[in-house]
Amino acid sequence: MSNEAALHGHSDVAHAHGVDIHHEEHGHHKETFITKYVFSQDHKMIAKQFLITGMIWAILGGLMSVLFRLQLGYPDTHFQILEDLLGSKWAKGGQIQPEFYYALVTMHGTVLVFFVLTGGLSGTFANFLIPLQLGARDMASPFLNMLSYWFFWLASVVMLSSLFIETGPASGGWTSYPPLSALGDASEGSKTGMDLWLISMALFVVSSLLGGLNYISTILNLRTKGMSMTRMPLTIWALLFTAILGVLSFPVLLSGFILLLFDRHAGTSFYLSDIFLASGKALPNEGGSAILYQHLFWFLGHPEVYIIILPAMGLVSEVMSVNARKPIFGYMAMVGSMFAIAILAFLVWAHHMFVTGLNPFLGSVFVLLTLLIAVPSAIKVFNWLTTLWKGNIRFTPGMLFAIGFVSMFISGGLTGIFLGNSTLDIHLHDTMFVIAHFHIVMGVSGILGMFAGIYHWFPKMYGRYLNNTMAYIHFWITLVGAYLIFWPMHYEGLAGMPRRYLDVSGWLSFNQFGGLNRFISTVAMIVFAVQLLFVFNFFYSIFKGRKVITQNPWGATTLEWTAPIRPGHGNWPGEIPEVHRWAYDYAKDGREFIPQTEPLGSNESAH
Amino acid sequence: MSTIFLLLILLLGFLITFQIAKASEYVGVLKGEKKNFEQNNRVNGFLMIAFLVLGLIGVWWCNDLYKGKILGEAASSHGKEIDTMLYITIAITGVVFFITQILLFWFAYKYQYSEKRKAYYFPHDNRLEIIWTVVPAIALTVLVGFGLFYWFRITGEAPKDALQVEVTGKQFGWIFRYPGKDNTFGKKYFKNISDKDGNSLGLLWDDPYSHDDIVVGNEMYIVKNQPVKLIINSRDVVHDVGLVHFRMKMDAVPGTPTTMWFTPIYTTDEMKEKTHNPDFEYEISCDQMCGRGHYTMRAIVKVVTPEEFILWKAKQKPNFVQVFPAKEPSSAVKTDSTAGSPMKAGL
Repeated sequence: MSNEAALHGHSDVAHAHGVDIHHEEHGHHKETFITKYVFSQDHKMIAKQFLITGMIWAILGGLMSVLFRLQLGYPDTHFQILEDLLGSKWAKGGQIQPEFYYALVTMHGTVLVFFVLTGGLSGTFANFLIPLQLGARDMASPFLNMLSYWFFWLASVVMLSSLFIETGPASGGWTSYPPLSALGDASEGSKTGMDLWLISMALFVVSSLLGGLNYISTILNLRTKGMSMTRMPLTIWALLFTAILGVLSFPVLLSGFILLLFDRHAGTSFYLSDIFLASGKALPNEGGSAILYQHLFWFLGHPEVYIIILPAMGLVSEVMSVNARKPIFGYMAMVGSMFAIAILAFLVWAHHMFVTGLNPFLGSVFVLLTLLIAVPSAIKVFNWLTTLWKGNIRFTPGMLFAIGFVSMFISGGLTGIFLGNSTLDIHLHDTMFVIAHFHIVMGVSGILGMFAGIYHWFPKMYGRYLNNTMAYIHFWITLVGAYLIFWPMHYEGLAGMPRRYLDVSGWLSFNQFGGLNRFISTVAMIVFAVQLLFVFNFFYSIFKGRKVITQNPWGATTLEWTAPIRPGHGNWPGEIPEVHRWAYDYAKDGREFIPQTEPLGSNESAH
Repeated sequence: MSTIFLLLILLLGFLITFQIAKASEYVGVLKGEKKNFEQNNRVNGFLMIAFLVLGLIGVWWCNDLYKGKILGEAASSHGKEIDTMLYITIAITGVVFFITQILLFWFAYKYQYSEKRKAYYFPHDNRLEIIWTVVPAIALTVLVGFGLFYWFRITGEAPKDALQVEVTGKQFGWIFRYPGKDNTFGKKYFKNISDKDGNSLGLLWDDPYSHDDIVVGNEMYIVKNQPVKLIINSRDVVHDVGLVHFRMKMDAVPGTPTTMWFTPIYTTDEMKEKTHNPDFEYEISCDQMCGRGHYTMRAIVKVVTPEEFILWKAKQKPNFVQVFPAKEPSSAVKTDSTAGSPMKAGL
């Protein structure tokens, strides 16, 4: 096998990497259960920890959406089982109470955005792929990497515990705008639940920073010999930009949270002014600005959506190229457009605030910058389409999800052009149109990209395959279901139906959608059930799946497939591989694929 | 009981799916990996094109089903402009949507694996890439141009003759204030708010301008064809004045007043005829999460003719008179120190 030739053929090449020595040490020390599975410093194990924690959160977050969709779809029905399970405070008479409904939507948003699509997605694939695809033994700092996971775990525990306190978890929406989130008297969820939410999020920011710094330094420093930046697979580029976005924007979010904590407990007035509470008391605070928080929040909040979607884009580019058996079209344009997205991500945050009283001129600048983002996004879409053109496509489960991702990204991206245009945002802001838009472009696309990654790299993670039949069922029902759920929601939004309404029957302008809400809720439950099928497939296949017997089952060019089927800590038993070409030599010179480790032929031109 | 039954059915469905999935894996091994792969690939390739066709039919059908239930006719001049902008955007994005989705699933179907086909090595092409950088850029310039044109018209200064109404959100309802005969709002200070004393906005009674201010809840009266400028406040948390039929929306932020203006073009009665709905009302919905009663935070806008508005206004008693019934508005210019709790606020 050419890979092995490459592996052993260069044993005389001197590697200057410090990690080699590190690896030698690892070869000798004994691994216990604790060091291997719990406090592991192996990037592959940490990736799996992130993945499984993310999956648990995804199930919980999904279950929350089932509960609140039940209320929204069937506002008049009494589900006795809900009262039995959740108690009479939250589900009196089998109906979700408003406080609990708002707690559920808040937790659903927080959990899915941060714990699943940031922690679960970046955490998993940055950890798993960066060292393997770059030819590194491990991360730049395996110890910080381990801490990154355990801070995530702590954040998870704190967030989970907030579900069980008497006044309930935070319930001011995942954005937690003050004054609502600052005043316990304004909302039950703004009592202890909000404190736990803030603490958990602070821990999450720490986790994200530790991880992000590690990813950046690993990508910049630990590339193997010959792996110039322009030979890196697009996954790595995507993860690099993601990490940079996170490192630059999460601290701003943290500062916003700290000011909020001060307002809550130290009597400061950063966000509070002129408040008279329904309980009959005027607060002493004057001079604060509630809008300041929104600026601080969205300065992360907007890059955050790219933190979610960029890794998905990277995974999809890689999976699509491998399975179309064709190089990704326009590699440099793909890198360039991701770079443009990363820069613009910092310059568009106020498009979430067109109707807050923002200066209209300032608003117009943000319109321009926001719609500018559509250009690199369009380039990416057309490049994916061209990658499929004249390919020889294998519909592996990973590939199906990659195609589904592109479809969803197109649909959701186009509605972004509506919302980014301030004139239309006046009407559509905070309606179900927004819900449909960001669920499609960020939620569903992000999760489809993640599924593409999981199905594609599962054989590398566990040395076994996932069951294909279950994967096909999972894909088709998820794709069809996602469109059935979110497509009609646009119509509710066009009619102006506000988001976060748990019952629209009291409104003359919105009550025509009762039937549609019921339909959406029913589909949502079916789609959720199918996700459980995936979870089952995942855990079953870890232990009982069909075994991988070839080192490179997908016929891919990248380095992770030159490592043993079940790589140990250090990834390659001998020398780390050397790279001689870019990652996308598929269908070149009549050969199906040429691994990155193969030297250029004598009369072969480099890409 | 039925819930448990449902869960049992779900579990059974799981088991059956799992057994089929397992069996098909064994069958695949028996058939040979290659043959099994080709068969699965053909099925998924077919499903790609089926999804495209059914999806497009579904899009058309969904639109047919709901097009009558959305929007309706915009009831303000700004609303008409926003609707025009909406149709321009739908047209442009719609074309892109159909082209790209059709190409995506068509390519997936057409270029599915075949033993005979060789993938085409096509790593980049500068001409193509320039085309799909420039074309979207032009389309977006058009959209930005239209968008900002309307945006500045809508957010520009309100006309001088605009009717002024102050809207204040609170958990969970709306309070409206009209400036009265002097056409000037009196000063207010939030620490003066007292629902008990009937001063729900904290008006300062030692400011004579406040004496004729009219304060009402639940219903806002405005005049057909007269621009109306809303000055928006909040008493507690962030709310949002959402006016679906006028296509307008603006946050209510405690401590930071905001404004918006528009011109209603149909009276409530005219809308009742237009919509063939005798119960039609213009509604104000709160569009910014504000707590447990968010979804019930409703008020009504009555658009009336100028004559009706004069009649309505004549019937309203100023807040000051409601609080101090002894003082008739004509005589009261200077207030004494017993009036409320006058606080000098630097407003």
